[in-house]
Amino acid sequence: MATIAVERPSQTWRGGAAYGAKRSALVAAGLAAFWGIWEAYRFVGERAGITWPFTVDATNMPHIHDMLSALTKPLQPGGPRLIQLEWHWALFTGKEALLGFALGGAIGFAIAVVLAHSGILRRGLLPYIVVSQTVPILAVAPMVVVGLGTKGVKPWIAVSVIAAYLTFFPVAMNALRGLLSPDPRSMELMRSYAADRTAVLWKLRLPASLPFLFSALKISATASVIGAIIGEAPASIQDGLGGAIVNFNQYYSTGPERLWATNIVCAALGLFFFLVVLIAERLVLRRAPEHVA
Amino acid sequence: MNDRPAVHIKGVSKQFKAGVTALSGIDLEVRPREFVSLIGPSGCGKSTLLRIIGDLIEPSAGAVEVNGKPAHRARLDHDYGIVFQEAVLYDWRTVAKNIALPLELLRWGREKRARRVEELVELVELQGFEDHHPWQLSGGMQQRVSIARALSFDPALLLMDEPFGALDEMTRERMNLELLRIWDASGSTIVFVTHSIPEAVFLSSRVAVMSRRPGRIAGIVEVDLPQPRSARTREEPRFFELVTEVRERLAAGGLELEPAEEAS
Ligand SMILES: Nc1ncnc2c1ncn2[C@@H]1O[C@H](COP(=O)(O)OP(=O)(O)OP(=O)(O)O)[C@@H](O)[C@H]1O
Ligand SMILES: [Mg+2]
Repeated sequence: MATIAVERPSQTWRGGAAYGAKRSALVAAGLAAFWGIWEAYRFVGERAGITWPFTVDATNMPHIHDMLSALTKPLQPGGPRLIQLEWHWALFTGKEALLGFALGGAIGFAIAVVLAHSGILRRGLLPYIVVSQTVPILAVAPMVVVGLGTKGVKPWIAVSVIAAYLTFFPVAMNALRGLLSPDPRSMELMRSYAADRTAVLWKLRLPASLPFLFSALKISATASVIGAIIGEAPASIQDGLGGAIVNFNQYYSTGPERLWATNIVCAALGLFFFLVVLIAERLVLRRAPEHVA
Repeated sequence: MNDRPAVHIKGVSKQFKAGVTALSGIDLEVRPREFVSLIGPSGCGKSTLLRIIGDLIEPSAGAVEVNGKPAHRARLDHDYGIVFQEAVLYDWRTVAKNIALPLELLRWGREKRARRVEELVELVELQGFEDHHPWQLSGGMQQRVSIARALSFDPALLLMDEPFGALDEMTRERMNLELLRIWDASGSTIVFVTHSIPEAVFLSSRVAVMSRRPGRIAGIVEVDLPQPRSARTREEPRFFELVTEVRERLAAGGLELEPAEEAS
């Protein structure tokens, strides 16, 4: 095997490490640039008195180092540090988001499978699925919380349902496209073997849909975190990042850096979800880069 | 069984929705164990005819029987294996797994599959490439995978659409001999589409010459070269006479092969 001169696009470990180092350096450079721009804008804005689109001052644009140092300080004297609280909130919201992601992913994929097999259902149901996403999440969330609450469902699970509401749509759309992506020749081959629908689904449609599915899951990973954060407000949940944001928002004028610090944690949580999906994608789709949509 | 044609094409015509008449009034009987080649200019409906035999598309008129059954029934019974003009491999499957695809669908056990794949890989000389993906292979190698896949479950009928089109002359001649060996050993019937007149003559028991617009069978040339064929066959005077006869039949339809095809 080793003697055969076929170039394998898959990365070797050394190549992967070099690639990883390069990527990390780029990410670090990006963060540094963002930091620089933020501070420079504030520095210039404060002196030049910029008031549009917002007044540049310490309240609207706290120093980034103040946000980070807020994480190391306790909220009340003698209490736990903010970062410890954020950690627990992130775990709580992460749990909601994870369930929402799984729920939304499963439902979205199931919808895609059904629609892929019936042109009639596709034409009949697709408009409603699209409409479901035009209803603002802020209108849906209270209904879900109240509706499920009366059925005795725990509030955090109701929040997961809200996250799933945001998650299922990209999965359904992209998976449907992927399931329908095999070209006529590939379908003909299956037909020549008299393969039934199930076999065509498992041997052809599903593997063909994976690149599309992963594109969707990457979108859904962050969407489920956002859904969980937003869902906590109407559910009056205090144990998560969404609850913390509502709280810090009320005391914004006295401690803006706490809200910002929480935003950073939210972003980190979303990023974490995204990266997990990315790694899963790399593991599952070990094919030529040009085949990974 | 033996008096029943392996393929019986009865008055088959095909019009596509776009208004193209691809085939018109095709009648052809292929006897069991026969090797019949279809030759004709590009676009005369050879691939279309093969698809109709395989019940992959419906004829607009007429009917096809395979092994005495309607083509539809024969497809459900896995009576034929097909090699398309393009290799049609699944990108996410390795060479070995592409070859094993029909065996998986036929629910062969894992070990039996592995043994069969090993034989086939050897047959099409792709040893060492079992774990490669289709996009890591040349066009000719891809086509050999597709041939191995069609042979994998020993179908009674092989439908082959220019299977050696992407191969160099040397490999092609070797694969020709290999195909004849398989044909002889397996007792299968082969319907073979090609653009190459010498290839058609060398391989076939009969060559069906098709004409264009609408696609019809312009004539049938019986190839009375002795069996089994060998590399020597290509040097016999009778071989050249038959090549000339097929060429003249093609020309008689007021048709010529495209220059590039004539070259082979
Ligand atoms: N799905 C289709 N829809 C419409 N027209 C088609 C379709 N498939 C084939 N045709 C037409 O039918 C005719 C015959 O096509 P076919 O592919 O059978 O030719 P062929 O003899 O195999 O040609 P080649 O030697 O170039 O492969 C062509 O004119 C083609 O345009
Ligand atoms: Mg063709």
